Amino acid sequence: MHAIEVTNASKVYRRYSRRHQFTTLKSALLSRSLTRDLRPDETFAAVRDVTVTVRRGRTLGVIGRNGSGKSTLLKLVAGITKPTTGTVHVNGRISALIELGAGFHPEISGRENVFINGIMLGLSKREVARRFDEIVDFAEMKDFIDAPVKTYSSGMYMRLGFAVAIHVDPDVLLVDEVLAVGDEGFTHKCLDKFAEFKRRGKTILLVTHSLGLVERFCDEALWMDAGSMKAVGDPKRVVGAYITDVEVAEEEQLAAGDARAQETAETVSPDEPSSAVLPDHPIETAEGPADMFRATEGRWGSREIEITDVQLAGEDGTAGHVFHSGEPLTVHIALRSPIENQDFVIGIGIFNAEGVCCYGTNTSLEDLKAVRILGDAEACFNIESLDLVEGTYKLDVAVHKLDGYPYDYHRLLYTFRVKSRTKDVGIYRPRHAWRFSEGMAFDRVEER
Amino acid sequence: MLHNLAGLVRYRGLIQSLVARELKARYRGSVLGFFWSFINPLLLLLVYSLVFKYMLEARYEGITHYELFLFCGILPWTWFSTSLLESSAVLISGGNLIKKVLFPAEILPIVTVLANMVHFFFGLPILIAFLIYFKAPIMASELLWFPVVVFVQAIFTLGWALILSALTVHFRDIRDILGHILTIWFFSTPVIYPYTMMTKHWQQGLLNLNPMSHVIITYQEILYFPGPVGHWAWLLLVGAGSLVFFLFGYWVFDRLRDTFAEEV
Repeated sequence: MHAIEVTNASKVYRRYSRRHQFTTLKSALLSRSLTRDLRPDETFAAVRDVTVTVRRGRTLGVIGRNGSGKSTLLKLVAGITKPTTGTVHVNGRISALIELGAGFHPEISGRENVFINGIMLGLSKREVARRFDEIVDFAEMKDFIDAPVKTYSSGMYMRLGFAVAIHVDPDVLLVDEVLAVGDEGFTHKCLDKFAEFKRRGKTILLVTHSLGLVERFCDEALWMDAGSMKAVGDPKRVVGAYITDVEVAEEEQLAAGDARAQETAETVSPDEPSSAVLPDHPIETAEGPADMFRATEGRWGSREIEITDVQLAGEDGTAGHVFHSGEPLTVHIALRSPIENQDFVIGIGIFNAEGVCCYGTNTSLEDLKAVRILGDAEACFNIESLDLVEGTYKLDVAVHKLDGYPYDYHRLLYTFRVKSRTKDVGIYRPRHAWRFSEGMAFDRVEER
Repeated sequence: MLHNLAGLVRYRGLIQSLVARELKARYRGSVLGFFWSFINPLLLLLVYSLVFKYMLEARYEGITHYELFLFCGILPWTWFSTSLLESSAVLISGGNLIKKVLFPAEILPIVTVLANMVHFFFGLPILIAFLIYFKAPIMASELLWFPVVVFVQAIFTLGWALILSALTVHFRDIRDILGHILTIWFFSTPVIYPYTMMTKHWQQGLLNLNPMSHVIITYQEILYFPGPVGHWAWLLLVGAGSLVFFLFGYWVFDRLRDTFAEEV
């Protein structure tokens, strides 16, 4: 028995232009379509040809980037909008948690709003009355239920909206990214409620960006991309494919960002070039603890020795911008010196998003004395295991004289992202392991 | 369409609660609160009788108690014009509901018309006080027509409310022009002057073509003018026309229904 059946459904929106208003309104009146007589370039397909079925009692998680059509799909299933082509069938009573507390009237009390909202969502007055105490308890609103809704905090507003919607006792529950409404405790309560729904054999359609939730909670996952279905099936597999795809996109984005930063750095030089580099602090900034967003990216120096290229490479040796914690990382620094030079130091610094220097070093600090450089050369900075926590990092790369006189200083021009399966915090991840004595035991949880 | 119309019966509980909410919320925060329902028509009456009776010194044949005459017409007219003005904006201001909740949108203009009808009813006790004070000659048989004319007006107003609310979603201009149209409509309806004044040929033509004039005249015949209601044939004609008009309004609304979620 299918609870939700979406067959070849597409939703086409009209691109916003006033030009075709009259013809479209006429066509809406005469042929019931706003979009049929529009040219393809005047329309925009938010959902394209989606076919998906959810059996009764199953939970489907919908993931995808912003603007991929997740919410439109949810609205189609909820019946709030009609598909332009294709069909949508839902068996049973629907409750859609799309916007919590939609339809609350600010001037009247929470109590009255609960009644009206409940009736709006399909309950009778008597049914609301019977569930009223439960709703108020769930929302933790006992003391404020008789105050006008306009005096509520946004959290109270959402909690009450959620409590009403969840007590409608639907056969099909549609949830659109609403779990972020409350504090930790309330979120757990919501999840418990969802779990209870599952146990009672209700069907749930969940749109979320929380991939862990999808893996843990859903029987199936649907990945939407640019309006189309990219993958559907086992949550672990679909989420995995999605993460890989996101990494690829991030990679492209970081590469584009780096290219932009390097381009502007070529043209704009900071005001005080040499003072930024001190002999004993080859890489640390002179401006004190730098905030990445305040410290200007830039490039300066005499270019007697020039850094021509910087590449980051992971385990397999190909250049990239997204790496995994614990894997090796190599920074390739290509240098060029037109004339022979014997006084130079190569340095490198890694900064996190807060601008904290996670690590900085140079050849001089590590007791390497330069002998010579001439023509094109490459220096590799090899990190055996990238023991950083998840986050975005930026690189300083520099070549300068032993006394600090800069040849070529690249400040925060290179960005890379570290991904980690462990969501630990801090700056540095020491190699570590947990060990437990007799008398206590842990099980490994199978989740991301 | 008829299926949808029949389905509305299921939502009568919701309509009921929304009308109640509308009435409760309207005067929340004001000092006089609910009394405004009574004060509003009184003030309106005061303004019009000041202007027409004392400033313009209008004297109409057959009208001895101008205030009472004015009251009989202005109360239902207020119901009509306020309903239209409010319903033209109701889908846009209720856009959140249409976009986020599965909810038959026609409930919003219907609630607007009904809430204003209740306001009209709240004005009636004051009208009755006036009638008693001026010892108006009312026959019991005349009063039987009162529910009929209220029903006709409700259907007619609902038809307009549906059309205006649906079209304003696409043409916001309606909100701006509607006020002016209602003003000219007000002055061409015999509310501030008796219909007997309309003697010229074109005036009578205009009077007869205007459904609201028949509604208002019926109110005046029941409540103000002595003798049996002489206008009932016109009223029934308008009533039949209003039913057709209401169905047309619902058809327009039903056709445009799917576009609301995208346009508001």
